[in-house]
Amino acid sequence: MQREFETADVSPALIEQVRAAAARRMPLRIRGGDSKAALGRPVEGETLDLRAHRGVVHYDPTELVITLRAGTPVAELDAVLEAAGQMLPCEPPAFDGAATIGGAVASGLSGPRRPWAGALRDYVLGCRVITSEGKYVRFGGEVMKNVAGFDVSRLMAGSFGCLGVIAEVSLKVLPKPRAQRSLRIVASATDALARIVAWRREGLPVSGACHVDDALHVRLEGGVSSVESAARSIGGDELHASFWTELREQRLPFFAGPGSLWRVSVPNAGSTGAQPAALPGATMLDWGGAQRWLKSDASAAEIRRIAQAAGGHATCFTPAAGVEPFHPLAAPVLRLHRQLKQQLDPHGIFNPGRMYADL
Amino acid sequence: MSYEYDEKLDGALVSHDRASVAAALRRLVPDLQLLDSREELRPFECDGLSAYRTTPLLVALPERIEQVQALLKYAHEQQIPVVARGAGTGLSGGAMPLEKGILLVMARFNRILDIDADAGIARVQPGVRNLAISHAAAPYGLYYAPDPSSQIACSIGGNVAENAGGVHCLKYGLTVHNILRVEMVTIEGERVTLGSEALDSPGFDLLALFTGSEGMLGVVTEVTVKLLTKPPSAKVLLASFDDVEKAGGAVAKIIGAGVIPGGLEMMDNLAIRAVEDFVKAGYPVDAEAILLCELDGAETDVDEDIACVEGLLREAGATEVRVAQDEAQRQRFWAGRKNAFPAVGRISPDYYCMDGTIPRRELPRVLKGIAQLSTEYGLRVANVFHAGDGNMHPLILFDANLPGEMDRAEALGGRILELCVEVGGSITGEHGVGREKINQMCSQFNSDELTVFHAVKAAFDAQGLLNPGKNVPTLHRCAEFGSMHVHRGALPFPELERF
Repeated sequence: MQREFETADVSPALIEQVRAAAARRMPLRIRGGDSKAALGRPVEGETLDLRAHRGVVHYDPTELVITLRAGTPVAELDAVLEAAGQMLPCEPPAFDGAATIGGAVASGLSGPRRPWAGALRDYVLGCRVITSEGKYVRFGGEVMKNVAGFDVSRLMAGSFGCLGVIAEVSLKVLPKPRAQRSLRIVASATDALARIVAWRREGLPVSGACHVDDALHVRLEGGVSSVESAARSIGGDELHASFWTELREQRLPFFAGPGSLWRVSVPNAGSTGAQPAALPGATMLDWGGAQRWLKSDASAAEIRRIAQAAGGHATCFTPAAGVEPFHPLAAPVLRLHRQLKQQLDPHGIFNPGRMYADL
Repeated sequence: MSYEYDEKLDGALVSHDRASVAAALRRLVPDLQLLDSREELRPFECDGLSAYRTTPLLVALPERIEQVQALLKYAHEQQIPVVARGAGTGLSGGAMPLEKGILLVMARFNRILDIDADAGIARVQPGVRNLAISHAAAPYGLYYAPDPSSQIACSIGGNVAENAGGVHCLKYGLTVHNILRVEMVTIEGERVTLGSEALDSPGFDLLALFTGSEGMLGVVTEVTVKLLTKPPSAKVLLASFDDVEKAGGAVAKIIGAGVIPGGLEMMDNLAIRAVEDFVKAGYPVDAEAILLCELDGAETDVDEDIACVEGLLREAGATEVRVAQDEAQRQRFWAGRKNAFPAVGRISPDYYCMDGTIPRRELPRVLKGIAQLSTEYGLRVANVFHAGDGNMHPLILFDANLPGEMDRAEALGGRILELCVEVGGSITGEHGVGREKINQMCSQFNSDELTVFHAVKAAFDAQGLLNPGKNVPTLHRCAEFGSMHVHRGALPFPELERF
């Protein structure tokens, strides 16, 4: 039996607060569990707290869709899905139980399975949003395919609350794989990347690939026999599955090292795709090499130059004073961001400046 | 109803003289090919929604991005609407031209620029055909997953504009899940890159917003797609049912058991008989419904899944379950499904293809509703259904030569879509709103929601010059349309022409 969780619809109060703030042109600092408060620029404003707006609205496992209020903890979502043998494959961090699903969607963070299973935004099917005029609107829905109108729900994913208040989300979920194995193979970073490319070409059922402490950590998922045969073919030592939880929750010893924490997103290792020059500091490869975690005291400019030269970008999770957390936008893209913000939040009440100074 | 642009409901457009626009563009972009004579314009009067035709002001066939930029900049300055078009296979009239607008045909951007097999990506121009990407990737054991049934002809630029799907969406996703980067040109003529070859990009997810925006936010000039490793094994099961509801129950059982098929398709008796008569796929013509279930992946996983699904299908009451014994039989089973539309075309002078999506659990209620509506309107409906992802394609059979039948078919189609919305679904799963479903948008979204869409549009194209009249209706149109629907099935003034 499913455990009973707290459930409450406080949308009327949230809408009322947004309306009042809009009338006074009062900026709102939108928060869930505040587990990612350090990610992004500080926001000055009245707090709009989503935590009381929580609970599962609909969940029918055979439909592969779950609809939740934004304040529902990610850990609770995981427990509800687990009880039905399902999962949210992009595995967003739960951050000691504090993270909420609204915050997960707003920040768009995805876990180790991301390159093979898709990002959080790929699982967003619909959402209910409070607009800057205090209207409660719905986009997308609870169906897998829906191309009516613009895809506002996926736009909300990763927008850090700057375009509207995410109050309810519908997510696609999937059955948990029948079998899972995790392995640890001693290898250099270069060797690890070469192996990951070869496994991708062979179609091995990889669902996690992280290089840290001179070893490649691999997760295999799928049917019983395919996972077993892939495990035999790649070799290595047995690794406890909790490694992947520690990785996504940023609790591996690597994260405790000295220096600011950077996330560098770069293209897959490939024949023509440029690989980043050596990053200045301790580096961990995640996402099969497409996500590099870096602990470094090097300047933001230097780290961003390396990321950009490789076709990627760099985000600072623990920025020192004066460091912009997010990578600067190309001029035409920034212009579109400003126009979008101006259109959807003309008075700048939603998390102003959280991502970029004038957004 | 007429699908023609209606300035009273869709917004006023500035009139321009064809000859002077052509002359100005020839001066400005001398090497740009323009078509401006009646005979030359005729082939471009419609897209895949071919019952509706409008002659465009001009047709432009650029070959270089600079030409696209110059043309858009000029159109922006002169307030001339621009409708972008790829292969013109869309079924919702998304590339239907405007009498006062330029039709910008991107078909000549037809080169595959780069395939990086190790990284699993391809960089292609927007006019490249969907299937051509998979063909080019095949020597590397890779393919491009989204496979709309028009994939032999439709182009990737149009796929991005429509967020095209296909029969493998439940497992492999839609276009939005399978592209990494889009280069586009804004109405001001500025080049913008959305997304990147990395798995994410800083800022808002404009790539997701742009995908499926139906040519309203910019013109696609290059696409970077993901390529997947071809699954080593694919097997297909064909199950027959004496009751459509049992077939629906079987789908829920399969998903509930934790199996995600590569493809899961359902057809009803009318569709089965039409198909069997046409392609001799070996379908059981006396079945009320069949399910086609394809399982793909590692060979051993597929065998595990086949055994599991076969048992579930029998438990769900299948009267017969067959596993395709070899590749030839597998192809034959699929040939039936892939030829369902033309097969239905053989048993009726005309047919009208709908594209609603529903939560799967509502299938019995919706099929019953469709059957009732079919009787009410006196038109047969064949049902073809992407059962895995809830995307229905009811095909309404009619004869355009019989007075009133086409209007009845459209009215019936509209009612079916409204039924989909009623049960929590959508008016379009993969064909897009275009011009065809512009009125049904008023059933799915209220004026506050439409206002948000208009705001998004204004952020990219403040003057509304890119593909006006498509995808998002004006509030004025919905006010008119809404008033007609106060009394369902008992419209006031039925003798009046409907828009």
